[in-house]
Amino acid sequence: MKRTGKTLKLLAGVSLLLGVLGAPATAQDKPKELKIGITTFLSGPAAVFGEPGKAAAEMIAADINKKGGIGGVPVALSFVDEGAGGEALVSNYRRLVQDEKVDATFASISSGSCNQLVPLAEDLKMLNFMWDCGAASILEAKKYRYSFRSQANATPEMLAVLIYLLKTKPNFKTIAVVNQDYAWGRESWEIFSTALKQMKPDVQVVAELFPKFGAPDYSTEVSRLMALRPDVVFTTSWGGDLDTLVRQAGQRGLLQQSTFVLAIGESSVQRLGKDLPEGLIIGARGDHWFMHPEKKSDAAFKAFNEAFKAKTGRWPIYPVYHMAQAFAALQGAYDKAIKANGGKWPTREQVVDAAPNLEFVGFGRPVKLRAEDNQGLEAQLVGVSKKADGFDHMVLDNMMIFDAAKITAPAGQKSVEWLKTLKPDFAKMDVPVFQHGK
Amino acid sequence: MCGGRHGSPVPDLTSKLRVLMNSTLFVLASLDGLSYAALVFLVSVGLSLIFGVLRVVNVAHGSLYAFGAYLAATLSLLVTPISPWLTYPALLVASLVIGIVAGGLIERLLLSRVYGREEVLQLLITFAVFMIMDNLQRMIWGVQPIYAAEPLKLLPNVSIFGVSYTSYQVIVLPVVAVLALFGLRYFLRRTLMGSVILAVTEDREAATAIGINAQRVYLITFIIGATLAALGGALASPTTSLVPGMGTEMIVLSFAVAATAGLGQIEGTAITALAIGMARAFVIYLQPEFEVLVPYLIMVAVLLVRPEGLFGATKLRKI
Repeated sequence: MKRTGKTLKLLAGVSLLLGVLGAPATAQDKPKELKIGITTFLSGPAAVFGEPGKAAAEMIAADINKKGGIGGVPVALSFVDEGAGGEALVSNYRRLVQDEKVDATFASISSGSCNQLVPLAEDLKMLNFMWDCGAASILEAKKYRYSFRSQANATPEMLAVLIYLLKTKPNFKTIAVVNQDYAWGRESWEIFSTALKQMKPDVQVVAELFPKFGAPDYSTEVSRLMALRPDVVFTTSWGGDLDTLVRQAGQRGLLQQSTFVLAIGESSVQRLGKDLPEGLIIGARGDHWFMHPEKKSDAAFKAFNEAFKAKTGRWPIYPVYHMAQAFAALQGAYDKAIKANGGKWPTREQVVDAAPNLEFVGFGRPVKLRAEDNQGLEAQLVGVSKKADGFDHMVLDNMMIFDAAKITAPAGQKSVEWLKTLKPDFAKMDVPVFQHGK
Repeated sequence: MCGGRHGSPVPDLTSKLRVLMNSTLFVLASLDGLSYAALVFLVSVGLSLIFGVLRVVNVAHGSLYAFGAYLAATLSLLVTPISPWLTYPALLVASLVIGIVAGGLIERLLLSRVYGREEVLQLLITFAVFMIMDNLQRMIWGVQPIYAAEPLKLLPNVSIFGVSYTSYQVIVLPVVAVLALFGLRYFLRRTLMGSVILAVTEDREAATAIGINAQRVYLITFIIGATLAALGGALASPTTSLVPGMGTEMIVLSFAVAATAGLGQIEGTAITALAIGMARAFVIYLQPEFEVLVPYLIMVAVLLVRPEGLFGATKLRKI
């Protein structure tokens, strides 16, 4: 018995020794935490997107950690304010990568920020998910290895809204645009108007108005539109600018006179409350709506929405869902890379290799990262504003969800060139329609 | 482009001008320009007054405008359930609170220590105040747009040539601006306090020698200027979404108006605000892509010809 006891002690000691010796080897492979650097607007007008995005990131990270982390490793977040401007953003991004040694980044909201940071991520060999920026040109101009867009770009976003308009108001003859005077306002109108010209060439553009970004007053624009009486007024404005435009137009009867198309209006629906009338066409930069008709019985979706509302006082808006998609893409890439690596913790290059063709689910339909250009293929939801019992704001009704593959420019083809090849029949595609509450 | 069917030729500027001048659009553009000019004047004249008397270019003026707007919206939302008509006094109360409290604190605690020092130091201090207030605003009111349109909704719309305008826009704002203009003129030229301010503006040493408390004059002037900025913000609050950065937009425009008029020129500021407001409105009808540039093009053109501004005169009375 004594001998047996000694043997057991010896075995235990050897096991302990091996365990201790083995521990550093495991720690080298598997980090203590997976560091994610996130650029988002925490100041300036775009903080209306950046703050909800940050709140979502914190919630999702906490949830991932509660479930054991990604591949068993907890995630840790660092945030950088995009509102600080170009040079500061670049410096901070370098700091995240070189000093804080983050393992991946989510950059950014603004297409201007993405234009700056995507080439930098490439230089630094940093895995990056473009979590919210929409300019198609970034991934159309060059093939990147390390950056992936975990959502759609502006082309399918505008195309979905246009097809919705053509399907629901096929007889309009005149249109005017009121967009913010910066890259997004100009580019989104170029996409929309190019496609419109192809699909309904008889439409007359009666006014192209590009008021200053952050303009506090649209009185003159409203007066001019009231005098011109266009059948449709199109806008891709957002945040306080969109709220002001809608309210000033509503106070003077313009919303009743013309059909308004708020191409990314989903993010303003709750804020505008009862100032938003019925009948406005509203896009969502993806298939994003807190009452997504295909997700209403999804327990995780409902739980997330409730938790977000409890935390922030508002239902999630599209940047929240875009943030969820970036996390889903990161988690999917790691899971795939770990599996491909025989269950061992992968190198960054192995994770990057796993991302092309990855399919993941945030809180909408599945999104696929197209291998040819790293562009995300994301469905688009468009609806019309409608009053509903139990809500102090409008809801979306008569919703159509567009298949991403049908409305995204093919890989290797520039969006505007592809749009010029479209024919009027393109708008006749079959799209499922969903009514509110059904 | 505007007015053009896809693929059809774009009408030239001359034909657009002819259409505008021969139609009711001239009246519509004038009304839009008038209401815009009213708000711009209220903010610019405060900036101009402060410079005329204190010789300080107050970068924090835009923050006072934003604080006036946010506080007015907050008070309006508070009093609306009691009576929507209380929102009008709320606008005034907000302006006075910001003007007296924030304006008084800025002048007493900071500016009073740097009178007579290098202009760049004064500029840096007011810029620092601007940055601090910008962050304070975000901490207090957050980043989500705030809107409080009750004062505007209380008044009926008026129809002019078939186009609906809010009474608030075409009546209330211009009337308040005109009252502010004549009130300031009366105050400065017909009251004892106004005469004292003018005396200090003309010659601070001589005024002090005859017993005038120049420090007090500076404080009162700064409070009046700050209150005008806050009043501009308060009056703007029912018409626009309050967002982070709104003060920046307004201070840039106000500088353009005040510099074009000549810093310290009250009537000149009114005329320049009107000119810039009108020019902006007409440009939106004629050539909307130049809307953003118009105030600054006018400013550059004027300053190239008259560096002291349209109404500035270096040796004459400043206000």
